[in-house]
Amino acid sequence: MTTTEPAQAPAEPVRTRVGTGPGQGLTWSLRGRGPDDVPVLADAGPPLGRPAGPATGRGVRVCVVDSGVERDHPLVGPLAGSWVVVKDGESGGITVEPTTTGDTCGHGTACAGIIRRTAPECEIHSVRVLGERFSGTGDILMAGLRWAVEQRFDVVNLSLSTTRTRFAQELHSLADSAYFARTVIVASAHNTPVESFPWRFASVISVGSHQEDDPELHLYNPDPPVEFFGPGQNVTVPWLGGRTIRTTGNSFATPYVAGLCARVLSAHPRMTAFQLKNALYLSAANVRHAPRPSSTPASSTPAGDTRDDSEN
Amino acid sequence: MTPRTDSAAAFSSTATVADAPRSELLQSVVDVARAIFGAEASSVFLLDEEADELVFQAVSGQGEEFLVGRRFPAGRGIAGWVATSGEPMVVDDLSADPSFDRSLAESTAYVPNALMAAPLISDARILGVLEVLDPSPQARSGVRELDLLAMFARQAAAALRVITPERVREAEERTVLAGHTLAGAEREDALRLLGSLERLLRGVG
Repeated sequence: MTTTEPAQAPAEPVRTRVGTGPGQGLTWSLRGRGPDDVPVLADAGPPLGRPAGPATGRGVRVCVVDSGVERDHPLVGPLAGSWVVVKDGESGGITVEPTTTGDTCGHGTACAGIIRRTAPECEIHSVRVLGERFSGTGDILMAGLRWAVEQRFDVVNLSLSTTRTRFAQELHSLADSAYFARTVIVASAHNTPVESFPWRFASVISVGSHQEDDPELHLYNPDPPVEFFGPGQNVTVPWLGGRTIRTTGNSFATPYVAGLCARVLSAHPRMTAFQLKNALYLSAANVRHAPRPSSTPASSTPAGDTRDDSEN
Repeated sequence: MTPRTDSAAAFSSTATVADAPRSELLQSVVDVARAIFGAEASSVFLLDEEADELVFQAVSGQGEEFLVGRRFPAGRGIAGWVATSGEPMVVDDLSADPSFDRSLAESTAYVPNALMAAPLISDARILGVLEVLDPSPQARSGVRELDLLAMFARQAAAALRVITPERVREAEERTVLAGHTLAGAEREDALRLLGSLERLLRGVG
């Protein structure tokens, strides 16, 4: 492809395209309209952040932005869509094209497998941003993530980050656009203490690894920027050739949290991105739901069943 | 993916003055990495951005005699992922996977069971990848080991950067005027840095 068009339209039906630049549909203030003009049908979300009953991810569209996903890996199953970001060597034009190339490394397959076992019935799409040429990976990552946000996936798993500060601002505005459009970007913190993006931004759900053996444990970090920790040490994951390996890193904690998001959303599809983050917070193993300290001990609320959600 | 087996002339400076300290440094890096993790082998790949390839630049252990200079595509396999993502990675139970990283396996005639890899990053620039093959079972798979390898790789990259070909070429130009002392001092600085790190790590381990 030598076209310099932006991401081409995907073959599957796409919901309304969303503008990711500023100036589109901005509501600066409510002029000439009242509460009745902006009704919102809310879903309070699951109690304490844990969906009741079977929450399998059914109906939730998840996109893995990574090295591709091996086709028909038994632990991943069929993909709903497989795409690659291609940069033309001469023109520098970047396109997103359907692909059958699978995974160039195994990493994307591992992420998809963790999402699959966490939310077995979710729809998994792959957009490959690694494995073509080395140079320009920042551009390609940016283009792949932008494409995923434009497709309005419910959850985007990004077990990658870029250290190139020239992409920081663009990534920041893209992350904010995704947040408002209810596309939840679940992003890995870098494995080493370096400055990288987009996990640093409050509009994404950022994930690092804890060192516990419990494969279903997630924790809230009271001292962000990394907001959550998931299981990322010695994780058994699908790899190339239909096999599995064991591996370690924030990369593998992230798809677990992405899978949790898919589970919650399948039971409560109207939840917003901030509600989803709150559900993860409430269900984190280290978040205690202590009774609200009160100067009136004879509170009518049963002790032990109240939550102190105040900031301090 | 078939590795190209031509000699790696493209990446390295043709000047032997430039190659000698760098080879010494990189050989020290892989020897130390192998010692820290009690590993079967260790290698350094440097990135040849022009050719979009990773080049075996130094090897300790398995493949030491014939791997240096071999190349494979920069975006492929675990080393490729590490180079492009800038993230370290640890994988275990690989030998159960016949399709694992074939470019590497074919060229080494040796399929490791476990592999750790970390990017050589200095000043936000990815210079290459440091790999450790089959570290001892106690020294693999944990978050702490991943941190240790990443730290060591960062130190090695910093040392490497002191004697990049550009710097050495500059030094050579200066040599015409000021004799040979500067290049030698830089080289000694880099090796001393690495030596002190080795002592530190051995002391901790």
